[in-house]
Amino acid sequence: MLKTSAREVLAREFPFEAVRSMEEDARGYTPELWRSMSELGWLGLVVPEEYGGAEGSFLDLGMLLEEMGRALTPGPFFSTVALGALTVMDAGDEAMQSKLLSGIANGETIMTMAVTEGSGGFGPEEVRLRAERQGRGFALSGRKLFVPDAHVADYVIVAARTSEGADATEGITLFVVPMKEKGITVTPHRTMALEKQSRLKFNEVRLPANSALGTVDEGWPALQRALQRAATAKGLEMVGGAEAVLDMTLEYLKDRVQFGRPVGTFQALQHHCANMAIDVEGSRYAVYQAAYRISEGLPASREVSVAKAWVSDAYMRVCATAVQCHGAVGFTAEHNLQLFTRRARVQEQLYGDSGFHRRRLAAGLRG
Amino acid sequence: MDFRFSESEEEFRQELLDFLDRELPDGWGEGPVPSPDEEWAETLRMRRKLAERGWLTMHWPLEYGGQGASTILSLIFNEEMSYRGAPGRDAFGARMLGPTLMIYGTEEQKRRFLPSVARGEVQWCQGYSEPQSGSDLASLSTRADDDGDFFRVNGSKVWTSLAHRADWMMVLVRTDPDAPKHRGISFLLVDMKSPGVEVRPIMNMAGTHEFNEVFFDDVQVPKTNLVGEQDRGWYVAVTLLDFERSGIEYAATSRRLLDDLAAFVRESRGGIDGWVADALAERYVETEVARLMAYRVAWMQSEGMVPNREASMSKVFGSETFQRVADTGMKVLGLHGQLTEEDRWAPLAGRIQDAWRHSFSNTIAAGTSEIQRNIIASRGLGLPR
Repeated sequence: MLKTSAREVLAREFPFEAVRSMEEDARGYTPELWRSMSELGWLGLVVPEEYGGAEGSFLDLGMLLEEMGRALTPGPFFSTVALGALTVMDAGDEAMQSKLLSGIANGETIMTMAVTEGSGGFGPEEVRLRAERQGRGFALSGRKLFVPDAHVADYVIVAARTSEGADATEGITLFVVPMKEKGITVTPHRTMALEKQSRLKFNEVRLPANSALGTVDEGWPALQRALQRAATAKGLEMVGGAEAVLDMTLEYLKDRVQFGRPVGTFQALQHHCANMAIDVEGSRYAVYQAAYRISEGLPASREVSVAKAWVSDAYMRVCATAVQCHGAVGFTAEHNLQLFTRRARVQEQLYGDSGFHRRRLAAGLRG
Repeated sequence: MDFRFSESEEEFRQELLDFLDRELPDGWGEGPVPSPDEEWAETLRMRRKLAERGWLTMHWPLEYGGQGASTILSLIFNEEMSYRGAPGRDAFGARMLGPTLMIYGTEEQKRRFLPSVARGEVQWCQGYSEPQSGSDLASLSTRADDDGDFFRVNGSKVWTSLAHRADWMMVLVRTDPDAPKHRGISFLLVDMKSPGVEVRPIMNMAGTHEFNEVFFDDVQVPKTNLVGEQDRGWYVAVTLLDFERSGIEYAATSRRLLDDLAAFVRESRGGIDGWVADALAERYVETEVARLMAYRVAWMQSEGMVPNREASMSKVFGSETFQRVADTGMKVLGLHGQLTEEDRWAPLAGRIQDAWRHSFSNTIAAGTSEIQRNIIASRGLGLPR
């Protein structure tokens, strides 16, 4: 139901022409889009009722993300809801929740999360940005890279190192940092897919003690859950995108005539499409399985890694095969396929690429 | 799609695992691959045990002596049996012939043929492929000529698994050579002891005798052994094909091979590292996706939907996954991979090389990967012919 109506709304209100125009826009989305997302109840979909939300499940959110992946909807929805709201709900105390969640649901508050630093990875060893105790509060110094939508965010959840433990998972703390705080420099990255990501520099950014999201020094389990949700949520977008790419390829092959017949009658191309369908369906089951586990509150690290390892490679194969099926038009700027292909390459990397997740699974195989 | 099994489904899985622990010979699946004769002896023994519990035909309706088990239970049964390499299932009688007779068979045929299948007393085989009719099955030319109360069958079949063990064969024959190719075919049940039936072995590259050629020289088949209408056998055959394609066997056997391989590397090399770790994890992801694809097919059937492209996708992906796992196994084992069970230094008692030698047939038998991709593209994705 949500899925069907979301597809209609996005196709109507945010067609591909708008997606294209937003690529060159500094903000990257229109305030009207954000307002209508709030009015439709999307921004508060997973937010508890007491904060003005609909208290939907992760799977409900997933259906929406899949449609946004299909429509390439720009804007900070993923950052605000999948990274921000869900992490605050998971790890924040009541004071933190009441401070942030109502604003998210009603469209006033934009959030994001900053994890990765120099190596571009998503493991605990990646978190090096220092948060030194200063009086009763903290001072953050260091930098974060590839932070989505930081250029418009009101708050950023920052994974910082508050102490050095025996291994990298110890001594991590999550902080909710107002972006208007003194000492934060935002430098937008220039990216291939023109999605808005920034480099954040923190120079002695002072925070009160109650900025910590969850327990000081013990932030890794919450961060790990946040990254699992992020990988799965990104996977859901990718499933939607992969299906859209398959659909547009099938349409093209039915219409395009060469040698006096639709090229879709040729087995070489039919087999390409069969392979794409296998990749799309495989992605769907693997990602849905992970989403289901998360939605039910079950342990999901294995399923998330299976899903992201698979969908990262599968979506790239789907895009590359689709370009081949389209012939030269497939790599023109004019064709919508390239919008998906460029994004797929970035989505592949976010929250762990296939190699990252295979290393995690291999650790399990070691017994 | 439901990603969780019900309590009763989990109970059944446990009951089956306990049964297998009890009934399988000690160390089954952990040593060398058994010879075909050993395997056959165990098949007959286990089949009777499965029949006693009603599991051999658990997916049959109650009225035919089955348990009316859901496709999900059936999937669990096939998954665990495959993972353990447990002998005893009956792909031809219980999974193909039975359900086909329930749809197309006469009352007399059902009374005559179903009980012996349910008791695990009879081996069936499937006479479909011919020397000149592989993927283009409907071009088959084995003839059945009208001869009063009988058909007189002449021709030959090939790649017939278990024909050398079988009591009966379900066979596709041409009864009207002048009709368009799909419309002149009939579905007959042939007693393998009939005069004029000759079975010749085909040895495969795994060094075993599994396939056969079967020759028919003026074989008399009573007309009461015709299933469905004369000349409409293609449609009977097409129905039958739908019973063998959930694909969980590929996922389960792939996973078993992978688990064995990972355990071997872990124990013999003190860890799983570098490219080996990456390759094994990649295969692991694929076996999981293959498993989900098979679950999807079974789940659709349990919901009353008819899997179409889903079944073909599961077959293609599962069979190719098994090949990739076997291939990775050979690479991981290096020169030791070639050692057979007769060699005392053979890793995993030579099971990886045996699996690799067998793996080639996976993407050819039961509809080649190319035919499956044609089905996915045309019937599944609606691409024009």
